[in-house]
Amino acid sequence: MSASPQSSYPSIIPPPRRSLVHGSVVHGKPVSSVLEVPLAAVDVVVPKVALDSISLSYRTSTKGRLIALDNISLEVKPGEFLCVVGPSGCGKSTLLHLIAGLQPQTSGTVLVDGKPVTGPGTDRILIFQELGLFPWLTVGGNVEFGMKMKNVPKAERKEKVEQYLRLVHLSKFRDSYIHQLSGGMRQRVALARALATGPDVLLMDEPFAALDAQTRDLLHDELERIWAETGCTIIFVTHNVREAARLGDRVVLLTFRPGRVKEEFRVNLPRPRHMEHPDVTRMARTVLDCLREEINKSLEVEYADEKAR
Amino acid sequence: MKKLAKQVVFYGVLIGVWTLLAKLHIWPPYLFPPPWGVAQALRDGFADHSFWIGIAVTMKRMVIGYSLSVALGMVLGLGVSSSKFLEETLGGLLVSLQSLPSICWIPLAVLWFGLTEKAILFVVLMGSLLSVTIAMEDGRKQMPKIYGMAGRNLGASGFRLFWSVLLPASLPFIVNGMKQGWAFAWRSLIQAEMIFLSLGLGQLLMMGRDLSDMNQVLAVMILIIVLGYLVDGLIFRTMERKLQEKYGLVAA
Repeated sequence: MSASPQSSYPSIIPPPRRSLVHGSVVHGKPVSSVLEVPLAAVDVVVPKVALDSISLSYRTSTKGRLIALDNISLEVKPGEFLCVVGPSGCGKSTLLHLIAGLQPQTSGTVLVDGKPVTGPGTDRILIFQELGLFPWLTVGGNVEFGMKMKNVPKAERKEKVEQYLRLVHLSKFRDSYIHQLSGGMRQRVALARALATGPDVLLMDEPFAALDAQTRDLLHDELERIWAETGCTIIFVTHNVREAARLGDRVVLLTFRPGRVKEEFRVNLPRPRHMEHPDVTRMARTVLDCLREEINKSLEVEYADEKAR
Repeated sequence: MKKLAKQVVFYGVLIGVWTLLAKLHIWPPYLFPPPWGVAQALRDGFADHSFWIGIAVTMKRMVIGYSLSVALGMVLGLGVSSSKFLEETLGGLLVSLQSLPSICWIPLAVLWFGLTEKAILFVVLMGSLLSVTIAMEDGRKQMPKIYGMAGRNLGASGFRLFWSVLLPASLPFIVNGMKQGWAFAWRSLIQAEMIFLSLGLGQLLMMGRDLSDMNQVLAVMILIIVLGYLVDGLIFRTMERKLQEKYGLVAA
């Protein structure tokens, strides 16, 4: 691994994309359209994921309706690493569930490759905060699961399992069960399981929230590397602004209840990045200043709830 | 090891008191069989193969009847847990039926199937089906929702979602009910065998009664207890513990 350059890039220059150590693409996008379309048109490609005025509201027993997400519009480019931050309760996890098709929105459309999402699909794989690894299967069995559901032939499955376990450095643990693994290893299994299913879009819901700082740093490095290797689009939800600044090409800030897009930050920093890098810290500070207001709002509501009790 | 020592002492004292009471000849041996008489009956029973045959016949019925009730209970429990309508109607009926001792089904079973193997299996089925169904239903409800979501997210749906995700995910919550179902089936079977008199442990017990051979009666009772304990205490409890450990429900 080469050390990251000490000088930050001027923000007008686009960040060097896909310049990490390993360049192989495991399942990149087909580029057939490039043949007919002039190169200049590449900039106006169909967004990988587009949210078009998404709203979601629940009927609650006491207060009528609770608006969780309010008119959210967002576009994510193919291969982009988008981080979504916001205070707890802003509906950022729910947003991922909508994109994954696990839950319908009240109004608006989720488009993936320009087609509306109507249900779950293996082109979008969500890594849950609680992971949801299957304890009755081995590590290999978990990684294999999505391919099995897609009726991938056995020999190919076996090969892919090996490949993705190697990618997350867990080859030796193929036959272990989930309860025998540490927290960081479980995260990597979840990542391998998601990737083995061959998604174009990886949805990650605070996947590293429960880990210690050292393990998290390590997994950030791995995720950045794997993202570069696979070329998939990542939408990464977190409440940790430093994590967002460390990982994202772009950081979107959601407001507290109802969730709206408050602000967008472009993170034009070279990769691979480091959490302690001054530019990352500065970026995080900028995001945090904007976020603080929302956190205060969420705390006020929480305290009010407590008083009411 | 300490626990085992305690148990050895406990059973030692128990048999000692039994021996003592028998030696005192307070009651005649045909009313109060002595331990050596029971031991002799056990030895004779195994020596002339009648106990082996009894155990084999009973266990075979148990396996068939219980498998039937698990299979049917799974379908019923799945239906009840996935439909609000069924839960409020059929679910209530199942719970109220559970208060009915399975032996009450014997008159109907005899009428429908005659004094046959089918009638015995029917009684066993009715005895354990309900608790298996209820266990299945509870298991589906207690199962963490995350597994279903993860399964759908990875492309599973319909029967495959049930078979490869929902069923295994609810196993640790079902196994307790399965154990209960086994215990109910076991009781129902012995009761049915005592009435139907067609081989099996229940019949051996009744044979002892008919011959006024209390040694044999006690010997068969001990067999029933030991077999019941072996299956419940060893097989099911080990399975339960292993599952809970594997699913992270208890510290390994």
